[in-house]
Amino acid sequence: MSALDILDGCAAELERPAAEAQSPVLRERGQREVFCGLTGIIWLHRKMQDAFFLVVGSRTCAHLLQSAAGVMIFAEPRFATAIMEERDLAGMVDAQDELDRVVNRLLERRPDIKTLFLVGSCPSEVIKLDLAKAAQRLGAVHMPRVRILNYSGSGIETTFTQGEDACLAALVPVMPALPADAPAELLIVGSLPDIVEDQFLRLFAELGITRVGCLPARNARNLPAVGPNTRYLLAQPFLGETAMALEGRGATRIEALFPFGVEGTSDWLRAAATAFGVDPALTEQVIAPGRERARIALSKLRPQLEGKRITFLPDSQLEVPLARYLQDELGMELVEVGTPYLHRAHLARELESFGPNVRISEGQHLDRQLDRVRADRPDITVCGLGLANPLEGEGLTTKWAIELVFSPIHGFDQAADLAELFARPLRRRDMLEI
Amino acid sequence: MQLAVWTYEGPPHVGAMRVATAMEKLHYVLHAPQGDTYADLLFTMIERRGKRPPVTYTTFEARDLGKDTAQIFQDAARDAVARFNPQAIIVGASCTAELIQDDPAGLSEAMGLPCPVIPLELPSYQRKENWGAAETFYQIVRQLADKSVVREPREGRAARANILGPTALGFRHRDDLVEIRKILALLGVEVNLVAPLGATPEDITRIGHADFNIVLYPEIADEAARWLEKTFDQPAVRTIPIGVGATRSFIADVAELAGADPTPALGDTSSRMPWWSRSVDSTYLTSKRVFIFGDATHAVAAARIAREELGFEVCGLGCYAREFAREVRAEAARCGIEALITDDHLAVEDAIAAAAPELVLGTQMERHIAKRLGIPCAVISAPVHVQDFPARHSPQMGFEGANVIFDTWVHPLVMGLEEHLLTMFREDFEFSDEAGASHHAAHSPRKAAMADPLSEAPVEDIPAPAFTDEPGSLWTAEAERELKKIPFFVRGKARRNTENFAASEGRRQIDLETLYDAKAHYAR
Repeated sequence: MSALDILDGCAAELERPAAEAQSPVLRERGQREVFCGLTGIIWLHRKMQDAFFLVVGSRTCAHLLQSAAGVMIFAEPRFATAIMEERDLAGMVDAQDELDRVVNRLLERRPDIKTLFLVGSCPSEVIKLDLAKAAQRLGAVHMPRVRILNYSGSGIETTFTQGEDACLAALVPVMPALPADAPAELLIVGSLPDIVEDQFLRLFAELGITRVGCLPARNARNLPAVGPNTRYLLAQPFLGETAMALEGRGATRIEALFPFGVEGTSDWLRAAATAFGVDPALTEQVIAPGRERARIALSKLRPQLEGKRITFLPDSQLEVPLARYLQDELGMELVEVGTPYLHRAHLARELESFGPNVRISEGQHLDRQLDRVRADRPDITVCGLGLANPLEGEGLTTKWAIELVFSPIHGFDQAADLAELFARPLRRRDMLEI
Repeated sequence: MQLAVWTYEGPPHVGAMRVATAMEKLHYVLHAPQGDTYADLLFTMIERRGKRPPVTYTTFEARDLGKDTAQIFQDAARDAVARFNPQAIIVGASCTAELIQDDPAGLSEAMGLPCPVIPLELPSYQRKENWGAAETFYQIVRQLADKSVVREPREGRAARANILGPTALGFRHRDDLVEIRKILALLGVEVNLVAPLGATPEDITRIGHADFNIVLYPEIADEAARWLEKTFDQPAVRTIPIGVGATRSFIADVAELAGADPTPALGDTSSRMPWWSRSVDSTYLTSKRVFIFGDATHAVAAARIAREELGFEVCGLGCYAREFAREVRAEAARCGIEALITDDHLAVEDAIAAAAPELVLGTQMERHIAKRLGIPCAVISAPVHVQDFPARHSPQMGFEGANVIFDTWVHPLVMGLEEHLLTMFREDFEFSDEAGASHHAAHSPRKAAMADPLSEAPVEDIPAPAFTDEPGSLWTAEAERELKKIPFFVRGKARRNTENFAASEGRRQIDLETLYDAKAHYAR
């Protein structure tokens, strides 16, 4: 069966709205092989060092978190699960009272917690356990020592990185207000590894943009202010809800490519510089050293990736900007770019780079998608941990998508590291003689 | 609600997945939301399976609730049967689907699928992974076993056994099975069936042909074995052949049921563990204090081996499964201690810290606890980690399993010769005992910055968490300094013994006198 046959089989799902004139988007529904939004806790709790994430869910949620975290290196990580039991569901006890008991005990034991997120899960959503109410009630008791917020990371509502979106959106209402007459401020939105965040902050300082905030802040009780003079710049492509919440507080988005690779990073920095009226000559001067370093580093990796065909299975919503980078800067050929959700507005400029032959798919019907991978036989397939070894077992080289979320990949100085993540599995395949 | 950071067991549907993934030509249709597919990676990453687990997840979303989740289930079941062509399917719900009460059993029955459908009721909010695996295996056996089977008389044919219990993601199940097959071959016993691992639903129909069952992992196979006993009059061997003594008993039990001569199996010359344990180098193992925690089967077996085959002292024993607490309590009583039955790893950590053992035998959770406390550790039980699936043959069962256990438990300890060297050179600043055993990372130094060893000033101690100093310590500075001259691997024991002695004597201060009085008191 050729890929085309399969595409024909799904013709009913093909649409071609005007905005997507360049590439058809294949929309599918069926089994998804992606994490739920709870998984974001794994990196969010490392980023916000004074915050604790309490999932209100089932044993499955707790098991997911420890399986996704992979290693249990922390004596007591800053996340836990309040596991609901039969008596919570059968109405033998009031779930809200139980939650109070668990939270009070937790806060007693962990005086280092300054912000507590009550994180909703599939079961808590299905039984309509009102965590907003709980956060309000518990917040009244524990403020000012602990701020208590809530969001949902449930799989019935969120896919993987959408958990971060929901978490950041929950922070927006408690950001301090920036007065209407305040000078313009730049807000970088999306969690970045500290080292990358610091690189960007240094570049903005060199550009003369000094009023810069980051969401999430490393200290969740030290949130940046937001107001009508806030211009925000998305560092991650999966932050639709957060963006809407920021717009709701008067902030406006700076349209830019996402900061992956030389061109993405340059465009991202230039867009901010332009918005803040920085002299273009200064901008070019500031970004030149980083561009040059990245260009040299990438030139060594390009021969390994050029002409190689790649398929992305849906995972983190990073797929579209990463595919753009791999195609434009490393010469890879895009076979299928799958994404759990395609944010058309935020990705509009990214999608412009895709040629008409790039198959973009949104959502997932796992078995059909795997049929396409088998028919396409790409050189490398980006997929989740549940699929990587089975595909390798079929002779297909893979890259774990989750590493793209956990590794520093943004900015000039990580451009080559990002390319290396794709080059290494290919190099390894060629090295091994067994 | 129960507050959990790490859990020993997953939800019951993960137990069902372990059974389904172990079997061939069986498919599991699981009514579950997006995200529950995380469980696939347990099999593909931890166990490095090269195939997807045979599970179809329905992946319903919030917008489907109250509308067509039942339809989604039926579509998924129909597609799965058409695509994977299984000999049978099992159907059930994960925790969220249990709440929406779509009744996968009824729905699939109404569909008239072309293969047997085995419905599972796994209460996610009451039960856990091992129970889920046991229940799933029991339901599969009960529904598929051909009850009309009549065994032909024993005369003129070899005895036949079913080996029950090995699953996917089991702790060394793959390798244990090799050892058990070896023993059965030596006894002339035919293997009628191994299940769940490697069995097809069609194989299960023939389960009644065996003369008896071997229950390797009671956590998974006990329920099914009890039903088989009733239904097919098949007795069961329930001795778990972990350790030399248990392996001998197992051989005797199987030989008796099979009417075979146990001598060839008992005479297996590859059994090295008894001599390794008797050889003089092992003298230093005598009465090493060991803390054991795991699933009941492995914990109880480990306690017996520790006491009877290595000469350790069991100072702590427990398991995370309440269902098997009785067996663990009985073994703890034989060790003269109280069993710790809990699934709260913080309680286990506290118990280990309080017991101050010299070796921890546990799961991956205890490995992390021991690492933090600076205590050597070996893993003896699930929950498993990628390291628990070694490329080499590494069983726990049978005589070879006992050989493996000797190596695995003894290597993390400071070895005999090395212990002498440490004692001899402990005053030598170039041979600081803080360096620990040279060959093992678990024993690497606790202190990064070493105080000047020649200095007479009291050194600020950074004690291992297990032996935390209370503020207002009873110890005089002089006694405290003397204690530091004792090699680190017995220092904790010396401190605890001295403190117990001081308390029993009613001494309010521990000075040099008390330290040496205590040493004399505890001298063996």
